[in-house]
Amino acid sequence: MKALRNILDSIHPHVMPGGKHEKWYALYEAVDTGLYSPPETTGVAPHVRDGIDLKRVMGYVWMATFPLMFWACYNAGYQANSAMAQMGIESAAGWRGAFAGWFGYDHTSIFSNVWHGLWYFLPVYLTTFLVGGFIEVLFATVRGHEVNEGFFVTSILFSLTLPPTIPLPMVAIGIAFGVIIGKEVFGGTGKNFLNPALVGRAFLFFAYPAAMSGNAVWVAVDGYTGATALGAAMTGGIAAIAELGFSWSDAFLGFVPGSLGETSTLLILLSGAALMATGIASWRIVAGVMVGMVLTSSLFNLIGSDSNPMFAMPWYWHLVVGGFAFGMMFMATDPVTASHTNSGRIAYGVLIGIMVVLVRVVNPAFPEGMMLAILFANIWAPMIDYVVISRNTKRRMARTAATA
Amino acid sequence: MNQLSEGLLKNNPATVQLLGLCPLLAVSNTVVNAFGMAIATAITLILATALSAAIAPWVSKHTRIAVYVVLIAGLVSVIELLMQAYLPSLYLSLGLFLPLIVTNCIILGRIEAHATRNTIKNAAVNALGMSIGFGLILLVLGAVREFVGQASLFAGAGELLSMAAALEMQFEFTPALIALFPAGAFIVLAMIVALINWRQSGP
Repeated sequence: MKALRNILDSIHPHVMPGGKHEKWYALYEAVDTGLYSPPETTGVAPHVRDGIDLKRVMGYVWMATFPLMFWACYNAGYQANSAMAQMGIESAAGWRGAFAGWFGYDHTSIFSNVWHGLWYFLPVYLTTFLVGGFIEVLFATVRGHEVNEGFFVTSILFSLTLPPTIPLPMVAIGIAFGVIIGKEVFGGTGKNFLNPALVGRAFLFFAYPAAMSGNAVWVAVDGYTGATALGAAMTGGIAAIAELGFSWSDAFLGFVPGSLGETSTLLILLSGAALMATGIASWRIVAGVMVGMVLTSSLFNLIGSDSNPMFAMPWYWHLVVGGFAFGMMFMATDPVTASHTNSGRIAYGVLIGIMVVLVRVVNPAFPEGMMLAILFANIWAPMIDYVVISRNTKRRMARTAATA
Repeated sequence: MNQLSEGLLKNNPATVQLLGLCPLLAVSNTVVNAFGMAIATAITLILATALSAAIAPWVSKHTRIAVYVVLIAGLVSVIELLMQAYLPSLYLSLGLFLPLIVTNCIILGRIEAHATRNTIKNAAVNALGMSIGFGLILLVLGAVREFVGQASLFAGAGELLSMAAALEMQFEFTPALIALFPAGAFIVLAMIVALINWRQSGP
């Protein structure tokens, strides 16, 4: 370790302003502070006596997604292997066929499933990381500031929201759009008002609908079509989900086709609970989303409809299908784009909960509403904060006027 | 000469004044549509500004907007009927946005801000510059959106002019549909404006 420190220290003078490689400072800084604690300390009082910083926050979120990465591999492989057994296909198509079958295509073997699925998840994640990371470093270099850890989180969340069959060039375009238009044009991490991972996903969703929605993209086998639980519910309600052979516990545990990281509600809730326990994800936002969703879906259950089966979908089904749980725990709780005041966070969460059910139930165009609901609430978050703060100001003005 | 160049870059109606965005964004989905719109707007703009400059001394201050709108509406009706007669396919694809040129804020804006205070010749020359500036942005937007959104260029040019059919190009990649949506138009226009501002502010 000492040798590594010495190497970094010997490079240091060359990348400082005036050094011959000063343009590479951003990259040097990223490696240096990624491996070691930054040397800078706050010089002027007051000091906050806590070791928490952006690096640790982002690190925790990244670690919290590990179970989901594992499940992304397992379930992508499980769905593909099951479909191959059903269709009698011997080997994965294309270049993946050379690697993915080393451990067979047996859908009852955990190892075979994870290995097969890895060849769908890993290329998507690597593409996201390399393309997005390159753009991050480029902007940091041109602007002369440090590379930000926020991208670790953006990259993994973006990858986990994509379907397993997404073509890699589209992944590259999506993350490039998300990072540049969603974040960098507003000044970088902390200044973006929309979640960059969702901006990238929304771009892909509207640019390449054939690769991002429909019935053919969720299981990584050529020619296999199978609706997601939510897609089926759109046409036939809960009964249609049962016809596909999915029970509530299948959807809760994650044995259903869907985007890479969104399928297992159980693992998402566990990871989310860990994030809330560390105080990184705001429990108020999560509670707000749940309350908004339960109230709105119950209201639709009461109203009822003869022509739209989605009206009858109970809240515990809304919870386990589509990207609801993933969006609630990982996207809505993004501290930059959510409301910053405590009561504002509850209102922001409720707004998401209401919007997601509205889009799912009464909008005939899109089966899934979580992405759009969160982006919509992102836009409203500063407004919510403004109302909360001005109410607080008024309350305190009244109080000082009374005592003065 | 200043009258002519004002509309090209310094006071470009699309990228500096940000006027006429409604047709700019709505019908710039292909090069051919953008071209048709640019020509129709240019003819209306030049004739309307020249005519209003001619009649300005006799128009009462209180009724001027009504008078100019009637003038523009008459011109647009003529252009619309001509296009319906001779270029029916373009007429159909421009649709409602052709009669809506009447309310295009560039035209009324130039009459109010420039034409009525200038000679007929200056008004027409200035309008020509504005039309070229607006048309160029329309064409760039149309080209980018058509290329990205449907992987083609100059599609339908043959119906406009049979000689131009050779220009039609089709590319082999999956187009990003979003470029054809209004959202895509806003994104592309924003990028063009940003690029121009960046070039003008120096490196």
